[in-house]
Amino acid sequence: MNYLDFEKPIAELADQIEKQKQIAEKNKVDASQTILQLEDKLEQTRKEIYGNLTPWQRVQVSRHPDRPYTLAYINHITDGTFTELHGDRTVKDDKAMVGGFGSIDGRTVMFIGQQKGINLKMRQLRNFGMPNPEGYRKALRLMKLAEKFNKPIVTIIDTPGAFPGIEAEERGQGEAIARNLFEMTLLKVPVICIIIGEGASGGALGIGIGDRVLMLENTWYSVISPESCSSILWRSWDHKETAASALKLTPNDMLGNGLIDGIIKEPIGGAHTNQEETFCRVKKEILKNLTELDKLSSDARVIHRIEKFSNMGVVVE
Amino acid sequence: MSWFKRIRQGITTTTREKKETPEGLWYKCADCKHIAPAADNEANLWVCIKCGHHQRIGSEDYFSILFDEDEYQELFAKLKSGDPLSFTDTQPYKDRVESSMKKTKLKDAMKVAVGDIDGESVVVACMDFSFIGGSMGSVVGEKIARSIDYCIEHKLPLLIISKSGGARMMEAAYSLMQMAKTSAKLTQLSAAKLPFISLLTDPTTGGVTASFAMLGDLNISEPGALIGFAGPRVVKETIGKELPKGFQTSEFVLEHGFLDKIVERKDLKAFIAKMVRMLAK
Repeated sequence: MNYLDFEKPIAELADQIEKQKQIAEKNKVDASQTILQLEDKLEQTRKEIYGNLTPWQRVQVSRHPDRPYTLAYINHITDGTFTELHGDRTVKDDKAMVGGFGSIDGRTVMFIGQQKGINLKMRQLRNFGMPNPEGYRKALRLMKLAEKFNKPIVTIIDTPGAFPGIEAEERGQGEAIARNLFEMTLLKVPVICIIIGEGASGGALGIGIGDRVLMLENTWYSVISPESCSSILWRSWDHKETAASALKLTPNDMLGNGLIDGIIKEPIGGAHTNQEETFCRVKKEILKNLTELDKLSSDARVIHRIEKFSNMGVVVE
Repeated sequence: MSWFKRIRQGITTTTREKKETPEGLWYKCADCKHIAPAADNEANLWVCIKCGHHQRIGSEDYFSILFDEDEYQELFAKLKSGDPLSFTDTQPYKDRVESSMKKTKLKDAMKVAVGDIDGESVVVACMDFSFIGGSMGSVVGEKIARSIDYCIEHKLPLLIISKSGGARMMEAAYSLMQMAKTSAKLTQLSAAKLPFISLLTDPTTGGVTASFAMLGDLNISEPGALIGFAGPRVVKETIGKELPKGFQTSEFVLEHGFLDKIVERKDLKAFIAKMVRMLAK
């Protein structure tokens, strides 16, 4: 287990429990009472800390090293039926963007999402979840494939941004994202977008146009990361906490401002403390929303989608 | 031995005594440093007479270049930015907008006008870089959305002139969603089969490049403009070395297949009118 700085009290209690268990084992004494008490206290501490997360702390949880990534969700939700499909048919296969068909309660669904790596080697292979243009084009190819066979689409968003490299610029990062925004608006099948970690700017939005946009409880979604915002506006990284608050990037803020459609609660202590439970909740949300969206005609869904995004923004006349 | 001998040491004219050249009489090219009378520079549409460098100009300058007899009607002129997030960094967003308004005499980073270009009626939405770096917030998004509605209602083509650093950070996710909003609205213009010409000018980066600016039926640009998704500084930091020469210029973007054509400013009016006619017939 990895612990964040503000999780120190939780870490200490977990450590104590572990020690008690070892002592009990070694000395063959019954410490179950003490352990139960400690576990109670741990639960309580977790509740307290996680009940009052600051926006910056939530950003930290969204990047927690133990947090599950896209493929973990997909594999669990599809009960191992997920078949990954590769390539954008133009340049290459972007490992930072994954996608393919999977079956969810007997129904075929197209899953697409940014993938972060689980260890150093994989992080490099996955380019830290930062897609290149071919990633967005692969995503669009797969969406069109799903549309052709009338299968709903679920996108899973977790990215620190679209990759800002030389080749990305050469191959039209801007055009690739723009094209997706345009084409996703018109998809005839239901589209559900779920932010499971970081929702950073255009890199997230590039697969983020849907009938339903949902955020897990400990995630963020905004135009820029708090660190970059701090470095641009305050000219130093020291103001990232202030920036995180100012950006109103938490799920509650985003829902309150009408910029997303719903929040999926995480187990207390974050998605990583009980991954199984998190996956189940996400699956339930997908099924619930699909049932609702099935009731609308494809034309109605497209009209609603355009209306929803057209209504975003605050101006004074 | 020199021919002349300095008798007194140092420069003795005080700053106050120096003859000031009045502001705005001369223009020095940012690129080749050529100095030309400001009037000649303006007559040449703010393009350097010597090296052809296209200077950054504002929406009203573009309107005067494009519209016949400089006649046009401004649309949605009253729209102003709200401050939905009560955003404050080193200064409140509200104050930033106020002072930008005072400084630039503009209401936000985009002006929309309808008028005739060589006799062809066109809606032109033009960004102003001088207003908070031409950043796209709710006002820019709403003006584009309304322009599209106006074009559909009056069956007119749309020209958007982009000049922007990207999304406006102080409107956070609202500004991000303007990318979604403008792209979603463009599907309606497209369905109505009305031409959309996107002119990318110096600079066009970030969320503007990654939404409406790259979605034109025609994507065109002026020579030498900076066009990209990530800004050059960010790319340089990412790769940790110097950027190749000409990286992210219009010529680079044309070469890689994302622009239809680079059009010089003097040819802009004729080109727009010609393409509008061709697409209409």
